[in-house]
Amino acid sequence: MTETSASGPMEVWITGIGLATSLGEGLDANWDALNQGRLNVDEKNFAPYVVHPWAPVNLDTQIPKKGDQRQMEAWQRIGTYAAGLALDSAGVKGNKEILGRMDMVIAAGGGERDMSVDTSILNAQAKGNSAPGFLNERLMGDLRPTLFLAQLSNLLAGNIAIVHGVCGTSRTFMGEEVAGVDATRIALARIAAGQSDIALIGGSHNGERKDLMVLYEFGDFLIRDKFASVWNRGEHPGFALGSAGAFIVIESKAHAIARGAKPYARLRAAAADHSHRRQPGEVTATLEKLWSELGGLEGGGAIITGATGAEPITSEERAFLEKHRDFAVRSTGTKFGHTMETQFPLGLALAAMSISRGALFPPADSTGMEIEMTGSPTQIVVIGTGHWRGEGMALVEAIK
Amino acid sequence: MTAARDKFGRPIVVVTGMGIVTSLGAGKSDNWAKLVAGESGIRTLTRFPIDGLKTTMAGTVDFVPVDPFTSTGLSERLADLAVEEAISQAGIGTKGDFPGPLFLAVAPVEIEWPQRSELGRAVGTSDITYDDLLRVSGGGKYRSYHHRFSFGSVADFLSAKFGTKGSPISLSTACASGATAIQLGVEAIRRGETDAALCAATEGSVNPEGLVRFSLLSALSTQNDPPQCASKPFSKNRDGFVMAEGSGALVLESYEAALARGATILGVVTGCGELTDSFHRTRSSPDGKPIIGCVRKALADAGMTPDQIDHINAHGTATPENDKMEYLAIAAVFGELAKQIPVSSNKSMVGHTISAAGAVEAVFSLLTLEHQRIPPTINYEVPDPAIQFNVVGNKARDAKVAAVMSNSFGFGGQNASLILTREPA
Repeated sequence: MTETSASGPMEVWITGIGLATSLGEGLDANWDALNQGRLNVDEKNFAPYVVHPWAPVNLDTQIPKKGDQRQMEAWQRIGTYAAGLALDSAGVKGNKEILGRMDMVIAAGGGERDMSVDTSILNAQAKGNSAPGFLNERLMGDLRPTLFLAQLSNLLAGNIAIVHGVCGTSRTFMGEEVAGVDATRIALARIAAGQSDIALIGGSHNGERKDLMVLYEFGDFLIRDKFASVWNRGEHPGFALGSAGAFIVIESKAHAIARGAKPYARLRAAAADHSHRRQPGEVTATLEKLWSELGGLEGGGAIITGATGAEPITSEERAFLEKHRDFAVRSTGTKFGHTMETQFPLGLALAAMSISRGALFPPADSTGMEIEMTGSPTQIVVIGTGHWRGEGMALVEAIK
Repeated sequence: MTAARDKFGRPIVVVTGMGIVTSLGAGKSDNWAKLVAGESGIRTLTRFPIDGLKTTMAGTVDFVPVDPFTSTGLSERLADLAVEEAISQAGIGTKGDFPGPLFLAVAPVEIEWPQRSELGRAVGTSDITYDDLLRVSGGGKYRSYHHRFSFGSVADFLSAKFGTKGSPISLSTACASGATAIQLGVEAIRRGETDAALCAATEGSVNPEGLVRFSLLSALSTQNDPPQCASKPFSKNRDGFVMAEGSGALVLESYEAALARGATILGVVTGCGELTDSFHRTRSSPDGKPIIGCVRKALADAGMTPDQIDHINAHGTATPENDKMEYLAIAAVFGELAKQIPVSSNKSMVGHTISAAGAVEAVFSLLTLEHQRIPPTINYEVPDPAIQFNVVGNKARDAKVAAVMSNSFGFGGQNASLILTREPA
């Protein structure tokens, strides 16, 4: 589309939120669970690993065709479902005119493997079956032909296009946690510059996957046996994977007003960086730099962080947070587990919800990192610090 | 400085450096010489056993050693080579200090079979479960695999080596990924966020499971013998694409910044178009509307009309469906011109470099503009009467080319078109 470079950046509003997490579906269920201090943690089924399992939903309400549901694996169903909730929330579901030009930036990893195919091949190999072409023959014979489409990173976006008709543009960003930040900052920058009017951003993650756990176990990133809050994992650092879909609809203020949409909050700024983490303190310094790049911070706000619990990175983030004690901190990792690419969009969704409901949800921490906040937050900074790479922030604020 | 802005008042985006690696070789000169000579890079696979496979050939890059081999490791090496060439040609920044962001098209990453089998051997029994694999995965022995099989690992390597600025973006829009990387760079420069962007795309996915996945979707040619004749875009007897590896990289700059530092202008990214197809996961909408809309958006973004396009560097995968739909869509937009504009598919020679294709073909399009010569579509022996493109069949053709359209279409309804021109308008 042709940009208008006329009169400074456009103001961007968050007008839709879709949440389907371990705590439930929709804003009310998540809000109530947060306020009641409820957690959904499974210490048994993936033992010794701990996960935050997805709360079951009636998929038919957002993915009406069973054929579509069958074509997806869990991570895509979670995301397609949550994206539908966001479109409903924004009041654009079924609006072909808007959906046909809506831009989509998704943060995604990859999909589930067929674990029984994997292990049966490994067991045959263990029994000495090493003939040339053995692997080829087993893969040709055993893999479900359409499984590939449930694994491809960009097919979450593809399914959202097919099921919900979001088909302006479609871009899928990868790269673990910071993919969610990059999706946000690119969609925001495009709307602010007049390159886009309205966008769907978000991601989904299925944490109930042993095939995926292998990757994080390579780096000893997974906590074991017993759940603890993100700030209280000192001797056993790491994260518990979580399942969640989180999406927001953002649009220019002018576009929202023209269609009579009500905003939850303003998305003021987003920034990301990539410290190579060669020296201690680099992450703390990078977060400090991003904080100053946000601009317009007034103090007395809140921070919703996706801190993973992985060390030394979470300690580096804690050192940053200690310098900003006038902002009340909340950790999504404690409440929802680590949802990787989805953690940042999840933070944005919770920030917009908190602003629109005039309250921050209560702390869930006994270490003193999270403290009570009594007033209504007018500014919430969402932070995403990758467990291995990537740092990002966004500023969500009240529309006064 | 109005001369540095396009007719819409946006900064003009120019190309000042290019790099390429394909199955034909490394570097622009080697690739171009072989491409216009009509050489094929498609060979019978030697990287792994071919027993039990329906498709036994590919456009692999076997001259770049990676040990131990991983597809992600190869993707990284190929991108490294292409980016090195592009930055060196552009002469921008200083060594290890590129003055702009990185947009990288890269295949989705996952743990690969050699490493999975290694874990299986570490378990040491023959009733292995994933719990057993998890039990042996921790403790630091395989820590490097965490980095290798993280989605952001290739971008991490490139950003460290070349000193790109900010958060490098790794992206996938399937077979349109390379074009999307370029489009993201164009948009960033047009927004005035940066004067330069490094746009790269890489693919190294020819491994057993990668091949089997496409094979099970019946997307690949099975005309294995002789391998160099397998990829037959626009031919009646085409039967699928040929998987291939490679990388393309472009240094994009605002025209103003490029002029200011006296850089050689290799071409202009005049327009980008993108439109999603919501019809099906792998098939295009039968009415072609999303592709038509994508092509029209690219023309509108460039402020150009169909008669100003001198050559189409087609997506041209040689699948029965793609080539037909590409012709129908181009015919709908271009009318009678669709039968006159010379069209060619580089994939006839280098195969389908999937995530890299959009960037590889953008580099070839820019070389076409530079040399005023259109590379051929080889294996064009039995024209499909339903596709009435003016195909540059089998032999390269000299032509006056001022503007090229390069198309990329992918699974998941991804459509992207670029318009590249020789001179700033």
